[in-house]
Amino acid sequence: MREPRDYDDIPGTYVFDGEHSRKGYHLNMFCMSLNKEQNRNTFRENEEAYLEGFGLSDAQRQAVLERDWLGMLRLGGNIYYTFKIAIYDGMTMQHAGAAMSGNGTSVEEFQQMMITGGRPIEANRSKSEQHNNIGDQ
Amino acid sequence: MAKVIAGVGTSHVPAIGAAIDHGKQNEPYWQRFFAGIEPARKWIEKTKPDVCIIVYNDHASAFSLENIPTFALGVAEEFEPADEGYGPRKVPTVKGHPALAWHIAESLILDEFDMTISNQLPVDHGLTVPLSIMYGQPEAWPCQVIPFCVNVIQYPPPTANRCFQIGKALRKAVESYPEDLKVAVFGTGGLSHQLQGERAGLINSDYDMAFMDKLVSSPDGLAKVSHTELLREAGSEGIEMIMWLVMRGALDMDVEELYRFNHVPISNSSYGISILENKK
Repeated sequence: MREPRDYDDIPGTYVFDGEHSRKGYHLNMFCMSLNKEQNRNTFRENEEAYLEGFGLSDAQRQAVLERDWLGMLRLGGNIYYTFKIAIYDGMTMQHAGAAMSGNGTSVEEFQQMMITGGRPIEANRSKSEQHNNIGDQ
Repeated sequence: MAKVIAGVGTSHVPAIGAAIDHGKQNEPYWQRFFAGIEPARKWIEKTKPDVCIIVYNDHASAFSLENIPTFALGVAEEFEPADEGYGPRKVPTVKGHPALAWHIAESLILDEFDMTISNQLPVDHGLTVPLSIMYGQPEAWPCQVIPFCVNVIQYPPPTANRCFQIGKALRKAVESYPEDLKVAVFGTGGLSHQLQGERAGLINSDYDMAFMDKLVSSPDGLAKVSHTELLREAGSEGIEMIMWLVMRGALDMDVEELYRFNHVPISNSSYGISILENKK
């Protein structure tokens, strides 16, 4: 494990640093392969078989098959890569955003949040601020 | 001699490209946005830059994790729209300016900015959406384009100050090129947005406005902003805003902001556009 860094206390954010990138290399390179139409078609024929060739860990493979968007991030995924699976599924960024919110937010609720100005920065700057905010209520 | 005549800052949200490509401009969601960029389109139609140097980031299209250049310059004759997973955007092939691009690459490297030189560079929404924003849907893009690609996906990206400094060197490179050319520099990406994690959907409009103000009045101060501040305040993908500082570095200290427009939201992002010219 690397030493603590000042961005570690930003809540709900997976900074794609060296450690993260190393962990997610195979997962992200699988996602990259979906840039090619022929690969998308092969993936569609048999997802599990297609994944065999990419060296993913069991947990990463499971997260892909279950479309566990937060799980993929935690296992080293980068959103620009994992979003290629969402594109393949015909999903928008609002679908992915709702799913990653991690609290049962529906796509409609997420879209509504965006239209009314997005997720506010207040109480979302740091984990301690979030914690204080929860304590205040 | 070639001259940097203006800087354009604009977000490059892919949904804008999709809205244009699929004729959604008149839908209620899009009306205010497309009305808001109209003055920018009128400005570029009147200004007619010969070459646009577009500072953007690739989103796992041309570059994967196999090779991650911090700064890459496209020197090819042309650049095809990339397949990002939907099939390539049906927009014109982007025509380069290899002679100027090579001149810039050599000048930057001799000025100690160690560029990657790209002869093969499919261009994704990061580059083609700014063209669509400024030019709409022409048969061919009315300018030549030099792609200037910055890594902002793999942490750490270059510092904001490095971006500002390379912008200054970029101007020096352009303005030592013997042909008379009007060159515009685009800084793209941002504004605040976060696509990933439980904090997805973050928007910080106050921060965006302050960023755009400082970009005009005190870019040297703005260039001191840390990565952690940007990640925290503008969101993990909002860190793209450092690319606006490359554009700003290519202009005088004293600039005039000819136009600014903001709109929230475009997809999961805060949109901003700013047109800057050197004071006469």
